[in-house]
Amino acid sequence: MTALSPQRIGALVLRYLYLLRGSWIRVIELAYWPTVQMVLWGFITRYLAGHSDVLYQASGLLLSGVLLWDILFRSQLGVSVVFFEELHSRNLGQLFISPLQPIELILALMLVSLARTLLGVGVAVLLAMPFYGFNLFQLGPPLLGFFVNLLMLGWAIGLMVSALVLRYGMGAESIAWAAIFAIAPLCGIYYPVATLPDWLQPLSWALPASHVFEGMRTVLLEHRFRLDFLLYALALNAVYLSLGASLFLAALHKARERGSLLQSGE
Amino acid sequence: MSTPPVIQVDDLCKHYGPVRAVDGISFTVARGATCALLGGNGAGKTTTIAMLLGLLLPTSGQIRILGEDIPRHRYRVLPRMNFSSPYMDLPQRLTVWENLTVYARLYGVRRIHERLATLGRELDIDGFFKRPYGSLSAGQKTRVVLAKALLNEPDILLLDEPTASLDPDTADRMRSTLTDYRDRSGATLLLASHNMSEVERLCDQVIMLRAGHIVATGTPRELIHRYGRKDMEEVFLDIARGIRNGEVRE
Repeated sequence: MTALSPQRIGALVLRYLYLLRGSWIRVIELAYWPTVQMVLWGFITRYLAGHSDVLYQASGLLLSGVLLWDILFRSQLGVSVVFFEELHSRNLGQLFISPLQPIELILALMLVSLARTLLGVGVAVLLAMPFYGFNLFQLGPPLLGFFVNLLMLGWAIGLMVSALVLRYGMGAESIAWAAIFAIAPLCGIYYPVATLPDWLQPLSWALPASHVFEGMRTVLLEHRFRLDFLLYALALNAVYLSLGASLFLAALHKARERGSLLQSGE
Repeated sequence: MSTPPVIQVDDLCKHYGPVRAVDGISFTVARGATCALLGGNGAGKTTTIAMLLGLLLPTSGQIRILGEDIPRHRYRVLPRMNFSSPYMDLPQRLTVWENLTVYARLYGVRRIHERLATLGRELDIDGFFKRPYGSLSAGQKTRVVLAKALLNEPDILLLDEPTASLDPDTADRMRSTLTDYRDRSGATLLLASHNMSEVERLCDQVIMLRAGHIVATGTPRELIHRYGRKDMEEVFLDIARGIRNGEVRE
């Protein structure tokens, strides 16, 4: 194994920054959907607050949920959509004949995902303050733990989706958008896991995001931080991230066997 | 004592199910040589080059480049190799300068601005450094991809159709750039080409492939003499049509 090179990882990050710099539409798009979501759920919260005791007690419940959910969604897209750029531009072959190692590509995708998530969700978080007087930072230090866990799960799903596209071609690209919504009903973004039918709850607890959203509700409703939720989420994320990276590396290996890196593209 | 070959291929095979794209080829390329890999469409040239680069895993056989086993340790030699092909693109929306900067960093090139300026002059691409790669003509793209391939001043340069889609004047300048680079650096060149005059001018070793097998090797002069033809174009046609020494072989 050759040593990892920060310079090569930086080169790839620079490539994505050049792409963003060259298109202001892409930059606006990053913040557009999180902001629209925040505005929509802000109004819903305002309406429901007068009718619901729970929302009255913790008015930030829905907005916290939607913004944390967007961290997960944006971090997943930050990996998969950015990887698709290489396929669209038929650049993957060029990258893999350079000294860039697959693990360096993964690390670069994660860094770009972090930057895109901070930019995209960050704008929505800041706008929520003047719009609704809502401050996500009221979650306090646990917010950092929630953020890291959702980011890690997003990376894991992003790598799994990228592996699928690498294996089955660009026809599988729509999975990038759909995959994350398959887990949305299970991870208790807007309601406790206990709301789910008994038989679905074990599946829900197998998702790191469920522990994050339960942890979020504990902070907002009970004003206490459950370390066990955070540790469960971290442990599960270690498994998911290892699985995502392994699937991605296996798909790359398969592509080298099949010769698809040479013709990868639309 | 003779120096070991920089490229050593032993009994290399690539099979896709029943299709034998490359079927047991062996060859060596000496340091500083310019070797042509020739053959008709589907002969196995691109497959062979892809395996030399590590982009494609062989079904069986061995590839050693600069002494390293490529399928297992390609990252040890990739910084000293590069590849140019008009069939592999660069990111369309990045400018030429941005693309070359990214690849210069990937290859660990020092004094990037200086290197890009030199390549810009040599390959006459500095006039469109600021244009998006996707907006260039096919010929301009070929020159940019060649610039990318020369960024790290490789010891081994693999070229797939290096002058495809170039007008005769630009193609001639590209060949001069390649021979100047080879003579100056002592690099080894391996190229796949359908341009036989290019092969005669550039190459001192020819490997002819047909249906995944090596059917002839030698210098261009030796092959022309062996087949009793006046140039490599006629030799190529003989081999592609299964004719050996003027007789139909199969």
